[in-house]
This record gives sequence, C-alpha cells and structure tokens, in this order.
Amino acid sequence: MMTTSTRGATGTTAEPALLVLEDGRTFRGRAYGAVGETFGEAVFSTGMTGYQETLTDPSYHRQVVVMTAPHVGNTGVNDEDPESARIWVAGYVVRDPARTPSNWRATRTLDQELRDQGVVGISGVDTRALTRHLRERGAMRVGIFSGGACADGEEKLLARVREAPAMKGADLAGEVATRQAYVVPAVGEKRFTVAAVDLGIKGMTPQRMAERGAEVHVLPATATAEDLYAVAPDGVFFSNGPGDPATAEHPVALMREVLDRGTPLFGICFGNQILGRALGFGTFKLKYGHRGINQPVQDRTTGKVEVTAHNHGFAVDAPLDRVTETPYGRAEVSHVCLNDGVVEGLQLLDRPVFSVQYHPEAAAGPHDAAYLFDRFVKLMEDQRA
Amino acid sequence: MPKRTDIQSVLVIGSGPIVIGQAAEFDYSGTQACRVLKAEGLRVILVNSNPATIMTDPEIADATYVEPITPDFVEKIIAKERPDALLPTLGGQTALNTAISLHEAGTLDAHGVELIGANVDAINKGEDRDRFKEVVEAVRGKIGHGESARSYICHSMDDVLSGVEELGGYPVVVRPSFTMGGAGSGFAHDEEELRRIAGQGLTLSPTTEVLLEESILGWKEYELELMRDHNDNVVVVCSIENFDPMGVHTGDSITVAPAMTLTDREYQILRDIGIAVIREVGVDTGGCNIQFAVNPADGRIVVIEMNPRVSRSSALASKATGFPIAKIAAKLAVGYTLDEIPNDITEETPASFEPTLDYVVVKAPRFAFEKFPAADSRLTTTMKSVGEAMAIGRNFTEALNKALRSLEKKDSQFDFATPVAELGDKAELLVEAERPTDGRINTVMAAIRAGATAQEVFDATKIDPWFIDQLFLVKETADEIAAAPELSPAMFAEAKRHGFSDAQIAAVRSLREDVVREVRHALGIRPVYKTVDTCAAEFAARTPYFYSSYDEESEVAPREKPAVIILGSGPNRIGQGIEFDYSCVHASFALGDAGYETVMVNCNPETVSTDYDTSDRLYFEPLTLEDVLEVVHAEQQAGPVAGVLVQLGGQTPLGLAQALKDNGVPIVGTSPEAIELAEERGAFGRVLTEAGLPAPKYGTAFSFEQAKGIAAEINYPVMVRPSYVLGGRGMEIVYDEASLESYLERHAGLIEQHPVLIDRFLDDAIEIDVDALYDGHELYLGGVMEHIEEAGIHSGDSACALPPITLGGYDIKRLRASTEAIARGVGVRGLINIQFAMAGDILYVLEANPRASRTVPFTSKATAVPLAKAAARVSLGATLAELRAEGLLPAEGDGGDLPLDAPISVKEAVMPWSRFRDVQGRGVDTVLGPEMRSTGEVMGIDSVFGTAYAKSQAAAYGALPGKGRAFVSVANRDKRSLIFPARELVAMGFELLATSGTAEVLKRNGINATVVRKQSQGTGPAGEPTIVQLIHDGEVDLIVNTPYGTGGRLDGYDIRTAAVARAVPCLTTVQALAAAVQGIDAMARDEVSVRSLQEHARHLVASRRS
Repeated sequence: MMTTSTRGATGTTAEPALLVLEDGRTFRGRAYGAVGETFGEAVFSTGMTGYQETLTDPSYHRQVVVMTAPHVGNTGVNDEDPESARIWVAGYVVRDPARTPSNWRATRTLDQELRDQGVVGISGVDTRALTRHLRERGAMRVGIFSGGACADGEEKLLARVREAPAMKGADLAGEVATRQAYVVPAVGEKRFTVAAVDLGIKGMTPQRMAERGAEVHVLPATATAEDLYAVAPDGVFFSNGPGDPATAEHPVALMREVLDRGTPLFGICFGNQILGRALGFGTFKLKYGHRGINQPVQDRTTGKVEVTAHNHGFAVDAPLDRVTETPYGRAEVSHVCLNDGVVEGLQLLDRPVFSVQYHPEAAAGPHDAAYLFDRFVKLMEDQRA
Repeated sequence: MPKRTDIQSVLVIGSGPIVIGQAAEFDYSGTQACRVLKAEGLRVILVNSNPATIMTDPEIADATYVEPITPDFVEKIIAKERPDALLPTLGGQTALNTAISLHEAGTLDAHGVELIGANVDAINKGEDRDRFKEVVEAVRGKIGHGESARSYICHSMDDVLSGVEELGGYPVVVRPSFTMGGAGSGFAHDEEELRRIAGQGLTLSPTTEVLLEESILGWKEYELELMRDHNDNVVVVCSIENFDPMGVHTGDSITVAPAMTLTDREYQILRDIGIAVIREVGVDTGGCNIQFAVNPADGRIVVIEMNPRVSRSSALASKATGFPIAKIAAKLAVGYTLDEIPNDITEETPASFEPTLDYVVVKAPRFAFEKFPAADSRLTTTMKSVGEAMAIGRNFTEALNKALRSLEKKDSQFDFATPVAELGDKAELLVEAERPTDGRINTVMAAIRAGATAQEVFDATKIDPWFIDQLFLVKETADEIAAAPELSPAMFAEAKRHGFSDAQIAAVRSLREDVVREVRHALGIRPVYKTVDTCAAEFAARTPYFYSSYDEESEVAPREKPAVIILGSGPNRIGQGIEFDYSCVHASFALGDAGYETVMVNCNPETVSTDYDTSDRLYFEPLTLEDVLEVVHAEQQAGPVAGVLVQLGGQTPLGLAQALKDNGVPIVGTSPEAIELAEERGAFGRVLTEAGLPAPKYGTAFSFEQAKGIAAEINYPVMVRPSYVLGGRGMEIVYDEASLESYLERHAGLIEQHPVLIDRFLDDAIEIDVDALYDGHELYLGGVMEHIEEAGIHSGDSACALPPITLGGYDIKRLRASTEAIARGVGVRGLINIQFAMAGDILYVLEANPRASRTVPFTSKATAVPLAKAAARVSLGATLAELRAEGLLPAEGDGGDLPLDAPISVKEAVMPWSRFRDVQGRGVDTVLGPEMRSTGEVMGIDSVFGTAYAKSQAAAYGALPGKGRAFVSVANRDKRSLIFPARELVAMGFELLATSGTAEVLKRNGINATVVRKQSQGTGPAGEPTIVQLIHDGEVDLIVNTPYGTGGRLDGYDIRTAAVARAVPCLTTVQALAAAVQGIDAMARDEVSVRSLQEHARHLVASRRS
C-alpha cells in the first residue's frame, strides 16, 4: 500500500494554483503534479477510466485536459498502460486526485508521475463548471499557474494566456512523431507488412495490427513515398495525431501518392482527416470536440452501433446523404456519430481504402470497433489474392 | 427497425408485495414500462397484487388486475384479455417464475401469447447455476477471459483432501450435492474444519458427493448493467463497485457507482465479458446485470451470476446515471433498437451510448434487525436489508456521508464526538470489523480513530485500500474541524467538501447544529446543485435532476410558477414503505395538474418519486433538516415557493415540520402545531375529551411501582411501550404483574430516560382504521377498514376488509362523527388516519395520525378515489366541494357509504420470516404482535368477502388449500370460536389433526380430529411423528395455531417456524381462520373470477348513480 501526501484530496498542504481561460474566467485550486506554469488548449475528456492512456496519447500534445470524472489517480501508474514513452498533455485539471492508489499493477502514484515528467496540473476546481463553460464557449486557450507563477495578478496572467499559440492552424504532428523508423514485429506468424506513418501514433495501434499478423514499420511523419514503399508494404496506415489537418500538407500529399498506387490504406483520427483532405473534402474545428470513451458511432453499412473512444477536435466535412465522386473514385461516409451527426469514417468504393475518426485501438476505451483492424487485414488479403 | 406491428396488447406482470430482496424498485420499473407501452399505443394489461404501487393506478395501464400473481390467476387473466405478448422481465423473480410456469404448462402457447423481453432459453441459461457455468465457459472460449469459481467434485475424504490442494489451499467452500436448501454447506478454513464439514456432507448427500469450491471471500465485487437490442447493439449502462468485499449480498453492501478502483484495461475486460455473456445467454431485447469478483492480488476475474431482467441494481443504476433502464427495456421488447430511442435527458442524443458520470453515487442499505431481535445480524450472501438510501456527491466522501445520513437511523453517521479513549480497544474494534454487520463501516471508523493503520484495516476487512484511504480522509477532516481555531470559511470548505453535515460539525465542536448553520450562512457558504445528465456535461441537460455539492457553480434555473416542495419518505423500512411514496407521487401529479411547479426531495433510489419523470424538479437529497432547508433556499432563489408538503411521506417529513416552520419555511396543509397536538398524548387526550370521545385508559409510569399501580387500575391485560417511539417498537401486551415486571427488567435503563406508557389492552375488540380528508369545513370519509385480527396486533400487520364486513350503518355514523370531531379538534387540512377499537358497544379512539397513512393507496384503490391527490389539493387550499365539482372526488357520497354491491377489498400483510435465522440457524417466530414487522402488503378484491380474502391469501402466501390435512391447535380463549370453522373444514373434506386439548374440545362438539404428538412429547414409542415432523415431511396442508394468552406466547414456535420453512399456510388467529374458511369455500365452488380495477370502478360508479 502506497501513501503520498498526508492530507486531503484537495491537497490543503499543496500550494495554491490558478487556472485562467482566454476569455477571462478563472478557477482557483491547488497545485497538482509539477508546480509552475503551462499553456495550451483547454479541452475536456469524459472517460471515467484510462487516465494513463489519455495522458500519454500524443494527440493531446499542447492541450490542457480537464477530467470530468472527479476521482483521478485511484489506480496509480504502471508501466504497461502508457500509449507512448511520455506524458503529452500540456496540463492536467482534476477535482479529487487520489492519495492512495490501489491496484495490483500500480508501481507509483500519478501525482509523482506528473511531477517526474514536469506536467503542471491543478486540483480541487469545479471541473463540471469548467466543462460547461467550454461546452458553451468552445475549446479555448488556458493557462495553469501554481506556486510562484501565481504571483502575477490575474490580468497579467490572462495576457500571457492570450499570447499563447492557438490550436487552429497548428502543425504539430512533426513534434510528437518518432524521428527514427522502428518495427513492431508481428505476434506469431508474420502475414503482412504495414507501413505506418506516425503523426502521433498510440502504442496500442501497431500492437492491434501485430496481433493480426502484421509486421508494422512505424515511419516518421516526414517519411516520403519512397520510404513507405521501401518496406514493401501490403498496406499503409496513417495514424492519429495532434494539430489542425488543414496544415498537414506533407501527409496529404503522401497519402495521395498511396491512393494513386491503390495500396490498401487505413487511417485513424488524424489519418481520417488526412484522407478527407486527400479526397478533396474540407475539415473544420468542432466547437469543443469529442473526447471520451462512450461515443455512439453507427456503421452505416450494417446499421450497428458501436461504443467508441474519441479524441478529436477537428472533423471532416463530407456529405452524409450521398456518394461523392473524387479523383480516386466514389467515396462515402461509412461511420457517423449518433450524438451530433459528425463524420466518423470514410471509405472508397473503388479502392481498398478506409478510415475512421475515432479509436478502434481503444486504449483507453471499449473494444467494440476492433473489427476495423480485421477489415484492414481483409483488404490486404484481398489485394494479395 | 422500428416498433413491431404484430403486437397490439401486452400483459405486464408486476412483482407483488414488497419483500426483502424484491421491493419498490419493481414498481419504479413496471410503472416506467407500462407508461412507455401505453404511449406506444399498445393495450397494456397489468397484474400485480400490491395495491401500494403506482403501477396499479388505474390510469397507468388499460386493464389493471389486482389479483394474485400465481399461474392460475394469470391464466384466468390471459384467457379473458387475450394479450398478444407477455413481458415478464420487469416484475422481478416473481414475474419471471410465473412466466416460466405458464410457459411450461403450455398456457402461453395455448393462448398464442408470445414471451417478449427475454426468451425461455435465455431465462433458464441465466438462472440455472449449471447452465450459467456453461455460458461462462463458452465465453472464455471465445474471448479468453472470465471463469466460474473453480470447483472439484469429491466422493471420499481422500478426494476432498487432494481437492483442496487442487484448488490452491484453504479456505474452501464445501457444498454437499442434492441436499435440501443447501443443507450441510459451509466454509472450511483448515483441515480439521474440512474433515468435519466434508465428512458430514458426504454422509448427508444421497450420492455421497460434495463439491469443493475455491473461496472468493474478500475479493473485490463489481456489477455491470447491460442492455442489448435485437440488432445486437449492446451498451453498458453503469458499473457498480461494492465497498464491502465478496461475502456480503450486494443488496446488503454499501455500493458505489461508477467503479472506483479499476484501470481501463481491467474495466474493459469486465465489459468484454459482460457483452459476451449477454450474447451467449441470448437476452436480445432487454437488460441484465452481471456480477463479478476480482482477486485484488492478481486481477483474476470470476463471473458470479447474471439476472436476465431488470433488478434492484438496474433501478439503482438508472437513478445513478439518469439512463432509464426499464423504460428502454420496454421499448426494446416491442421492437425498437437502442439508436432509435432518444436519451430523455439530453433529448438530442440517442440511448445507444454509455452514460459517463462526473459525480459519485453511494448506496447504503437500511436494516431492521431491531424488529427481529432473535435474528442473526451477520451479513451473508442472503439479503437481509429492507431498504436503501442513495446519495450523490461530487466525490466519494461527500456521497458517503450524505448516504449515511440519508439512512435516518441513530448511529448511522460517523461519530467523531465520542472521545477516542471511549471508543474501545483498537484490536477489539478490528476483530469486530472483520465480521460484516449493519454499521460495520462505523466500526471501521472507530478502529481508525482508535489508531488502526490502513494496512490493519485492510487485513481485517479486505475493503479496498482506496476506500480505506477515503475513510482516513474523512477522519483527518474531522480532526481538522476539531483543531480549527474557529468556524472559518476554510474549515467549512474542507468539512463540506467531504460531506460533513452541520450536525456532525456541531458534534465535533460541541456546538448546537443551528449555531453552526447560522455561522455558515453568515459566511455565505451554501451548497450548489448540479445536474445528473448522463454525459458529464458534454451536452445540455433538459431534465432538472439535481444533487447538492459544495462546489462553485449551481445549475438551478429560475422559474415563474409557484413551487410546492414535496418531501418523500426516505429509505424503505418496516413501518414506512412504498405506501408513502405512492402518496407523494400522487401529490406531485395532482399539484402539477393544478398548475404548480412540483419539486420532489427524496433519497430512496427504489421509488417512483425519484424518477426524474415524476416531478418538474427532482432533488436527490437526504431528508434531514439541513439538506431540506438548503433545497428550500435554492428553490426560493429560483422563484416563488408556495410551501412544503410534509404530510404524505410518513413520519420522516412529519418529524421535520416544526423545525422547518421555525426556520421560516411555509408548511402547507395541516400545521406543525396540529401535528404536535395529535402526537402528544396529553394534548390529544384533551381533544378527545372536548369531543366527548372515549379513549382506553392509560397511564405513564417512571417506576415499576407506578407501573404496577396503573396496570392494576386499568386492569390486565395491558399494553406497555416506551413513550418515545412510534410504530410499535418495543411494544408488548402483558397479562399479569409478573410479565409486567419482566418487561421492565428487559427494558431496564428505559425508565430513567423515558416513561413507559401503559394502555388498556382491549381484548377481543374489533379494530377499525379510518382514512379521511378534512378541509376545515367538511369531512370526506375515505374508507373504513375493519381488521380481521383482533386489537393488539399492529395495524400494519393485520389483514383488513373494506367496506367493513360486520359494521352496520349506525357504527359508520358514529365513526364519521368521531372522525370529524377529531379532524376539527386537531385542525387537519388534508388527510387524517384514525384507529378505533370497538369493544362491546363502546368505540374507543386508539390513535390519530394527521398525515397520509399506510392504507391510503389501499383505500384509494378499493373505493376508486384518489385520496392522496385530493389531500395534496386540500393542503394547498382547495375545498372538498371544489374537488367534488372538479371530479377528483365523487360528486356525492364518500367511502363511508359505499353501495351494498360495492366490491370487497381485503388487505393482507406480508411478513419476512423466511429471510431470518437466529444464530443457531433456526427460523424466527412468526407470531404477530403490537410491533409491526411486515414488509409489504397485498390486496384481494372481489364481489364477496370470502373470495376476496382467499385472493389476498393466495397473493400473500400462495393459494389456500382446497383439501387435505389441517392441523389445529388454539389457545383456550379461542377454542369456542374454533368450532364452527372447524366443522366447515371437515364438511369441505379436510382431515383435521389436533393436539390433545384442542382435539378433545372438537370431539365434544362432534367433530373428529386425529390427535398428533406435540413437539415437546417427542416421537412416539412406535415412531409416531410429532406435528413438527409431519409439517417438515409435507404431510400438513393448512395450519391453525393461535398463541396462548398468558406466559408463553412462544408455544408453537417450532410449529410456526416449520410452517414458514415448508411454506404451509399458517393462520395465527381464529378470525383469520373464519375468513379462510369462507375463502376456501368460495374457491371450492370455483366462483373465483378476475376483474380489473377499471371494471370495478365502472361498476361502483354505476351503482352509486342508481
């Protein structure tokens, strides 16, 4: 049994902290994790489990994540669950951090982990009020200040929040993606080779492909078509990642080359937006995005509903009611979010190409959409045959 | 795929009377389902024998049968109504079992009725232990996760010993095969115990076989609520984690939603297993719950069981998440898919999602062991709690403290006032905490205060370390409250953040609660109200379902219409059950119709009142003065408040009336002063004297000497009770001075604090209950109920008939005059319930309650008049004349002058005997007395008394036998009244068995009875069995056993407990026998038909007109 601080979950012993939104609303709380200051885009995530996966998801790069679930850190931190080698969130906002984690896999506390990785957080704030604010006003820039960083008056702090870069127009994939290509070996017999373009890939994604017999070559975001085809891929994958797809010129161009060649292609999240742009659709920023693990998505071919993990602030603008002619043949919206009708998946009818906006690798989140990896495998099999 | 078009009518089966394990949650579920089906344009036919339910309100279904839920009666209803489909998944185990019986008997096929909601195979797979094991095995094969507890079959002691090694050591569970009711099973912690239990088990088992099963005691326990549609969409509505580890029935555990101590990986495995199980079992248009045990050391998962229907947990999950499981189950059953059903709360998003919570829900069980002093209070896998409270907070500590105070029971809250030195020894407290009992969490807290470490608490209890740390957090907060130099904003912020009440803060600081509150208010520290919205604020909520929290932002919206705040009745308990919720719900409906904004405050998750659909606003809050004052304040900020309605929720809100008024809160209806007038004995005596009404003689004693004098003056037998309690607690009838002395000895310590009340006990009197409305000018006699048992048995436990079966016009006139005099004298504006006793020709007033009584729903249904609705309107100023003109009350006449051909309704109480065992494992006695112990009630309605009574018995205990052996053994004073009914029994073909004394009396009256041996005589020389053995052997079909007057009311204990064990009808009064004989006679002539309440009402209205 591990115990961290000796006092309340609000951490009365912790230093005061201040959260400042770019529209001037502030919330007072206590320092959580590292003491200091941080800036980013304030977004809320509604998952009740999976904070470790969320924190280490590269798509959260430069975002300050507000957890709507009040208790965070209950199961501590282990070495198996992270989705990448580090915590990517720019800041962390929680209501009631755990003092004593409880789980047979836990090796340390979340508080300690945040401090070790220098992630500035704040606890004890009315996260529901903050979430409602973001829902009504939309995602916006935010700063968290604790310890000495609080000393400046609110006005000064607000000015600094407003100086921070906005998410719209941000090109971030290069910042989070691997610099070096690496290989995730197939589990069991190798049946396929997949070239995966890392735009901020989560660890579970190549794992899901590897479990299905794919050897996955994870390539940097800067990879060229030659780099991709150098591994002789049976299929190409475009990963999730942070930032505005409108800035993703290189990945869009790269994808078009793959489309030209007719290689089986699968995209997730950012990869879905890249496909959208490559096909000629627009992308746009959602008011406050989808971030959670309870989102109902309908597979329009079967009519079935899957409960899925989401983390996206942008979406593809494609018509739901008809097939669209594109330079690569007919395209249609394959999946849609039942909450708000947002496009959640695209597929080409004449080429082995599809993508989804959400996270079938599901870490964290439900496993309902795991069949999409089977679909990718099937495309590669069919292509080969 | 939208609604099926091939179903036009549906039969819904309810769950019958409230019993332990099957309570108001099924009224909540059933009511939702019926409303949904009706809204879908289907003809809804309902059967439920429980009149105290909203679902049996005539407007909820198209045809409402208040008839016994037995295959026979349901078949009659099917034959008459010809429904297209039967929906059995909303009425608990009762409905499911009845549906399966009807299926097996071929009744459903014969009438072309389709079972919807769950198919027979799915029900069997879910319910049958062995088949469910196969399901779990199949799931493991498919997804690689989930298993049943490992077991090992043994035929010899060698097998047994090697089996233990196979299972990985002690402890193990030993279950002998094929023994009745699991006899001979137990836990073995070492070889010695194993040899003893398994040795015995091998002998007991007819196949010399015992099953060794690994013990999962102390593992973490979880539950998932799932729903699946016919398109194979599955959602997990809610996860629930038990605070108490495995070994305590989940109904008796403190439970928490959502699960608090699972990583996403582990949670998703539970989810995967859950989905695979619901698919494998084949529930394809409805819901189920699945229980899991998780080994805290390595995460191994054992699937314990599943229920292929809505359940207590699903009701809790619905309230905890805002996702109405029963409503959606009903829609799925008639063909919709989850994505076609909108989420009520957001209105914009579909039901095919999984709710996410930004708060914590804690449910705490309410027990009634004080009512059953002989019962073993250890918590086991058999459910023993009678009710529950739920609380919502923004964190666990806040929700936990709110839940504990919602229990509204002395000592249910954490005690930080008792000095540590007086708590007892740490080691002893830890030993005590090992044993799960009612209030173990308080023992754990005491141990923590006494210096126990988290590790020590874990070692003793196996409660998850995270929860233990939360208890430390509460304790540290209490220390901080104590240490604060003054009542500062910082201190309040911490205390309130962790759910401390003003009363708890006051106790810690040795202040008065009102002083603490005044300071807090002066500092501007008040709770905010957040919304339960299914989606953690991702979407705007349209449904004002609130809970309080000490946080920053409140979500209560302003309103314009005047609000009436209705206080509910809190957790179900014996004496205050679903009947009061019924009245609150009716008030909400009536006041909503009359143009008020209705605001409900309650903390009972089982009820209809806490359905977010019932009132305009719902506050899921404890019913304490502090919590209610804050709700009133919040609503006063939001708009005009017409007042608070306290008289419908039973004793709980009534007890708050005066204090609310003292705090400036407007109370509508009967004033707190008038309530006090009726409750305070002396004042009430003056009301009676002024009205010229007699009450039985009584006195108040502070010593045995005084008591002796008073009793002698009044004459024995007398009824004695402590003066400070209601509901019959500690009440006893004593027949002589010796027993009076023994009573006072047993309740020693009582006299110093509170006097003892001594009342004349009216032996042989007829007890009468009256429900009436009074508006200040006019009286409306709602109904007059004649008790079947004689005075001295708590009115809640005795059967009664309405209209009264032996009272004449003159008696009713006197009752009416007396009721009016009391209502006027007390100053009632709304409902009043009065208990009278008719002894000889004198009408005594026993007690008056200026509030909705337990019998209001029964009276309303028996007379087809919505009394609670009328009462709510009267409370807000409407006159009876206005309500008559409106049509809410009949234009003329009332419940006191029902036409001669009005149907007769009989209410029967349902007792929880079979749930309890004493520490030796024997049953508890079943004799009725002045202390109420029933958990629920049923109603039988028919055109004649005999049939109505027979129906009530069939509904409560199973059908009365039409032939067979009847055993009679009655007290001397009852022997005279036995003769006629005994003769009737013989005439109807019964063989009579009797103990020698009773047999002798019968023989002298020309009635033959076979003499059987008493238990005390033991088995005869030629092996003649005793009566108890005969009962156990299933040789007896009906038992009549009245307890002896003086001395041992315990005589017959073994007979009555055997009757309970074998479920043989057991009548404990001669009055009940006389009624039963009429019933058996009516049944024998096969005159029993079924008739809906709507038909009864039409008949009554027509009959009144003619």
